[in-house]
Amino acid sequence: MAKITFIEHSGERLVVDIPVGWTVMQGAVQNGVEGIEAECGGSCACATCHCYVDEAFVDSLPPPGETEEAMLDCTAAERLPNSRLSCQLKVSEALDGLVLRLPEVQS
Amino acid sequence: MTAAPGMIVVGAGQGGLQVAESLRAEGWDGPLTLIGEEPQAPYHRPPLSKAMLTGAMDEAQIAIRGPEFFEKHGIDLFTGERVTGIDRAARRVTLSDGRTLPYRGLALATGAHGRPLPVPGADLESVLGLRTLGDARRLRAALEGAERVVVIGGGFIGLEVAAVARKLGREVTVLEAADRLLARSATPFLAEVFAGLHRAHGVTVHLGAKVVELEGRDGRVAAVRTADGGRHPADVVVVGIGIIPNAELAAASGLACDGGVVVDDCGRTDDPAIVAVGDCTVRRGAQGVLRLESVQNAVEMGKSAAAALLGRERPFTAAPWFWSDQYDVKLQIAGLSAGYDQVVLRGEPAERRSSAFYFRDGALLAIDSLNRPQDHMLGRKLLDRKVPLTPEQAADPAFPLASLTR
Repeated sequence: MAKITFIEHSGERLVVDIPVGWTVMQGAVQNGVEGIEAECGGSCACATCHCYVDEAFVDSLPPPGETEEAMLDCTAAERLPNSRLSCQLKVSEALDGLVLRLPEVQS
Repeated sequence: MTAAPGMIVVGAGQGGLQVAESLRAEGWDGPLTLIGEEPQAPYHRPPLSKAMLTGAMDEAQIAIRGPEFFEKHGIDLFTGERVTGIDRAARRVTLSDGRTLPYRGLALATGAHGRPLPVPGADLESVLGLRTLGDARRLRAALEGAERVVVIGGGFIGLEVAAVARKLGREVTVLEAADRLLARSATPFLAEVFAGLHRAHGVTVHLGAKVVELEGRDGRVAAVRTADGGRHPADVVVVGIGIIPNAELAAASGLACDGGVVVDDCGRTDDPAIVAVGDCTVRRGAQGVLRLESVQNAVEMGKSAAAALLGRERPFTAAPWFWSDQYDVKLQIAGLSAGYDQVVLRGEPAERRSSAFYFRDGALLAIDSLNRPQDHMLGRKLLDRKVPLTPEQAADPAFPLASLTR
């Protein structure tokens, strides 16, 4: 399990325990994080699970792959240097304590 | 159960859930009921033919929303319930247990079912389709004990299952009745690419192979016989020969149906109180007559139909898109290539990192991308914004496509 904090655009904070091996997106939608839509279900095809990674964690994540990179150019909210798609972030013990901010819109 | 007429959504797949979610997002705060035939809450179907079959993903990971979502948003979710009739004059639906529910607005998201294989032996044990989570569980269990897998139908579902079965080390044969793969859903270019891809991974691909009989032994399937005299031994047979829209309920209530429930770009049927979305529909709109079977179609029509139920116009006019994952290839399709008169390639086709751009009279119609996600996303933008792209530009590796969308 890794404890991951989601900060909704409204400012509401949700702390969620996500099993290792799941994606951050899956943990979010199963636990009522509403700022993540995840229309395509994790196939990296819709860019509606966009999140901003807390600066402290940006470098500890594996960099985006080619498909995520292309999809990030199509997010509904502005792409920032710390933008990621949460369906491409695999949960490991190393992500324990991760903090993510969610954008105002996903689609 | 509430007595005041609210909104009722029949079908709790991706499209049905989207209608319910969008109704709440659009401000509908009255009663809202989502009725699904399957025992589970709404779940993502794409992983059923991919990660769910290999075991890389489990059932807890595919629910579209968590359990508390429905209560929080005041969505009455009925699972394992079937709607058996619509009384349009009285505006109410009847459930299989005889109960009736009144509606103010009704959304049909009844999906589709696999086309049955019309040959002797199709009801033998270990002859499986793949549409629901229940199907995926059965198929996964069957693949575990199987050595030889025969896939009937070289469409996307059949090919995705073939790829998984190869990954699991099974001997795999694909039998396609047409003279190429993906005959109903994609271009000859893609058909060639995927035939080559599967053969390179050790799949036996037979084209023009018309199945005439499934042979059994002790009630279990043992072999597939084809019209050319071929006999293909099998421990498991997977049937993926297309889907048939579940339009019976709509047709029985007198709604216009023509190979699906007929809707416009806003999801409206010919009854102002009823909309329909996703796989059960055929759309007559700005892009002509469309029968799309995709996540995007379910989601976008769901949004449009929810708006329509509230009297708002939100036509779904975006270019269709679709994807398929097989082996290490991610295929992404944008647009509709029907009627093209020119194809140009970009990228490295030999390495399966390329895109095919389809044109008619010099205008871009569609793009098939193989491991070229940038081309796909740019293509969607070009199509949606109707930005002109010439075949010469598409074919020129030095021409920056991205410059057109800035």
